[in-house]
Amino acid sequence: MDMLASTLGTEGARMIVGLIGVIALVSVNALFLIWMERKVSAHMQLRPGPMEVGWHGAIQTIADALKLMGKELITPEEVDRPVYYLAPVVVFLPVLLTFLVIPFSQKMIIKDMNVGIVLILAFSTLSVLAILMAGWSSNNKYSVFGAIRSVAQNIAYEIPLLVTVMSIILMVGSFKLTDIVAAQGRYWFILVQPLAFILYIICATAETNRTPFDLPEAESELVAGFHTEYSGMRFALFFLAEYTNMFIVSAVATVLFLGGWHGPILPGFIWFLIKVYALIFLIMWFRWTFPRVRFDQLVTFAWKILIPLSFANLLITALFLKLF
Amino acid sequence: MITSGIEEKTFILNLGPQHPSTHGVLRVLLEMDGEYIAAAEPVIGYGHRAHEHMAENRNYHQFLPNMGRVDYLHALAYNHGYCMAVEKLIGVVVPERAEYIRVITNELNRITSHLLWFGAYLMDLGAFTPFLYCFDDREHILDLLDRITGSRLTYCFFRFGGVPVDLDDDFIFGCRAFIKRLRSRWVDYHNLVTKNVIFIHRAKGVGVFTKEQCLLYGITGPSLRGSGIAYDIRKSEPYSAYPLFNFDIPTGENGDIFDRYIVRLEEMEQSCRIIEQALDKLPNGPIMAEKVPKRIKPAAGEVYQAVETARGSFGTYIVSQGDIKPYRIKLRVPSFANLSLMVESFKDNLVADVVAILGSIDVVIPEIDR
Repeated sequence: MDMLASTLGTEGARMIVGLIGVIALVSVNALFLIWMERKVSAHMQLRPGPMEVGWHGAIQTIADALKLMGKELITPEEVDRPVYYLAPVVVFLPVLLTFLVIPFSQKMIIKDMNVGIVLILAFSTLSVLAILMAGWSSNNKYSVFGAIRSVAQNIAYEIPLLVTVMSIILMVGSFKLTDIVAAQGRYWFILVQPLAFILYIICATAETNRTPFDLPEAESELVAGFHTEYSGMRFALFFLAEYTNMFIVSAVATVLFLGGWHGPILPGFIWFLIKVYALIFLIMWFRWTFPRVRFDQLVTFAWKILIPLSFANLLITALFLKLF
Repeated sequence: MITSGIEEKTFILNLGPQHPSTHGVLRVLLEMDGEYIAAAEPVIGYGHRAHEHMAENRNYHQFLPNMGRVDYLHALAYNHGYCMAVEKLIGVVVPERAEYIRVITNELNRITSHLLWFGAYLMDLGAFTPFLYCFDDREHILDLLDRITGSRLTYCFFRFGGVPVDLDDDFIFGCRAFIKRLRSRWVDYHNLVTKNVIFIHRAKGVGVFTKEQCLLYGITGPSLRGSGIAYDIRKSEPYSAYPLFNFDIPTGENGDIFDRYIVRLEEMEQSCRIIEQALDKLPNGPIMAEKVPKRIKPAAGEVYQAVETARGSFGTYIVSQGDIKPYRIKLRVPSFANLSLMVESFKDNLVADVVAILGSIDVVIPEIDR
C-alpha cells in the first residue's frame, strides 16, 4: 500500500486496491450467492440441495464455474457477431463500476462521489442495453422476445424507482451515499418511509429480473429469454451479472433505508453485509414463492399503481419537509 | 392453415417440440402479432407409437401392458377401460372385492395425476416450489401402489376378471394415513397458491371455454366441468363399484383457468372420499373371477366401454372377428379433443397465456398421439 501510494499517489493507490477488492468481492459474492440460492431454494422445497462437494456443497459453485470455463463457446451461424460477442461484456462492466461508490463502511469506499446514487442508477440501467444487444444479435425469436420485454419493463419500473429514491434524497439533501447513511444515525429511513421501501423492493426485483418479474428470461415461456443462444463463460457472465446486480440493489436499499453501516458492537462493514444479505434473502424468498406475472400485467401495475404511488410519496415527503 | 407471415407484419413462432412447457413433445406453430397470437396450429405425432396398430398384431393379453403407456399419468384408468371392454366381450363378471380394489387404486392414481398437474402447472406459471411439494405427496401414493402393483408409473395391474394381488393391512393403513396427510396439506396449498394475487390474475378470465364450445368440440373431464357442465362418466354411465359410493361432481362457472384449477383440486378431495368409503366397505371374497379363459378368443362382435380418467372420458372400442387378436381397437382419448379447443382459445392471447392455457388442459402427449 505504501509503495503503491508513493508511486501513484494516495488516490491512485486507493483505486487499484479498490479495484482488486471489488473483483474479489464480485467473484466471491457470486459464488456465495449461487450457493445460497441453491440452499435457500432447496430448504424451501423440502430437499437438502447440493451436499457432496465441500461442507454442505459449499464449493459446488466452484466446480460448476470450472465446468463452465471448460465448455465450448458456441456461436450460432447467423448471429450479429460483434454485438453478440460484446453483450456479455457490456452486461458485466457497469456492474463492476457501480461498486466504486458503494460505502461498505465510513472509510471503506473507493470514491465518495457527490453524485453517487445517480451514478449507480445510471449504470444499472445500462444492463438493459446489454440485454437488448444479446437478444437482438442472437437471431432467435425467443431471445428477441426477452429483449423486447426487458426494454418495455425497464421503462415501467425505472420511473417509480427513480421517484422513490428522490424522496429519500429530498430528506437528506445530497446525492452522496455517505451523507445519506450519515443522516440515518438516529433512525433508519425505513421507519419514516415504509412505502418508499416497499416500492423500492418491488422495483429492485424487476430491475434484477427476478421472479415474479423475470419476464426477459421466463423459463417456461421463452426457454431462456435473451441468453438462450449463449453458452459457456458467456452465459456465466450473464449469470454473474445477475447475482452481482442483486447485491447492488440490496446494497443501495441498505444505504437508502436500512442505515448502511450503522449498528451496535460489530464493525460497520459487517453490519452492512448482514443487511445486504438479509435483503438478498428476501428477494430469493420471492422467487421461490411467487408465480410469474404476465408481461402486460407488470406494465399495467407499474404505470397505474407504482408510478402514482411513488409520486404521491414524493409529494407527501416534500410537503412534510416544507411544513416541519 | 399457417403458411407464411412475411407479407402480413406477423411472424411464425415455433413452440416445441423441445420447449420447457409443452409437456413432452407437442409442437404448436404460433402466428404472432408482436406478443399476441394471431393464429395457432398444433403439430402432433412426435410421440406416436402406433398403439392402435399394435393391438391388431397382438392377442388380448399382450396388448394389456400398452394401456399403461398411452396415458402414463393415469395408467390404471386405461387398464380399467380396456379390461372392462374385454370382460364385456367375453362375458366375465368381476368379483365385488376386485371391483373395490380397482376403484381404490384407480382413485389413488387419479390423485397422483392431479397432484402432478398441480405442480407442473404452477411451474408453467413460474412458481417452482409447489412442484416439489406435490411430488413429495405423490411419492406416498407411488409407494403404496408400488407395494401392490409392482410398478410406480406405467401400471399394468388389472387382469381380465379381476386383479392379481390382494390389498393387505399395510396398504389400507397407509391409504388412510395418506388421505389424512393430503387433507392437512390443502391449507398450505390454498393459502400459498389459490389465494395468491399473482396467480389469481394469471388464471381468472384467461382461456375461457364456453359451454357451447365445450359441447361442440367434445371436451370432457375437468376442462368440461370447469365450464359448468356436470358430466362425469363415473356418474352418467356408472361402471365398476362407483355407483355404491357417494361423491360430488365439482363444477366451475366461468370456464376459465381458475375454474379448471379449482375443479381439479376439488376432485382430489372427492377421490379421497371415494377411497375412504371403499376402504370402510371393502367386502371379503375372491379377487379374480372363476373361469376366465387362458386363451381369449371372443366371438365376433363389437364392444364399447368408457371410463373417466383424470383428463376426461376415455373410450375403448373393440371389434372382434372371432380371432385371438382383435380386428381393431379404437381408443377415444380425451386430450385429443381438449387440444383442439385449446388451440382455438389461444387467439388474441399473449405467449405467457399460451403456456398457461396449455398447462390448464393437462395434456398428455402420448395420449394424443397414441
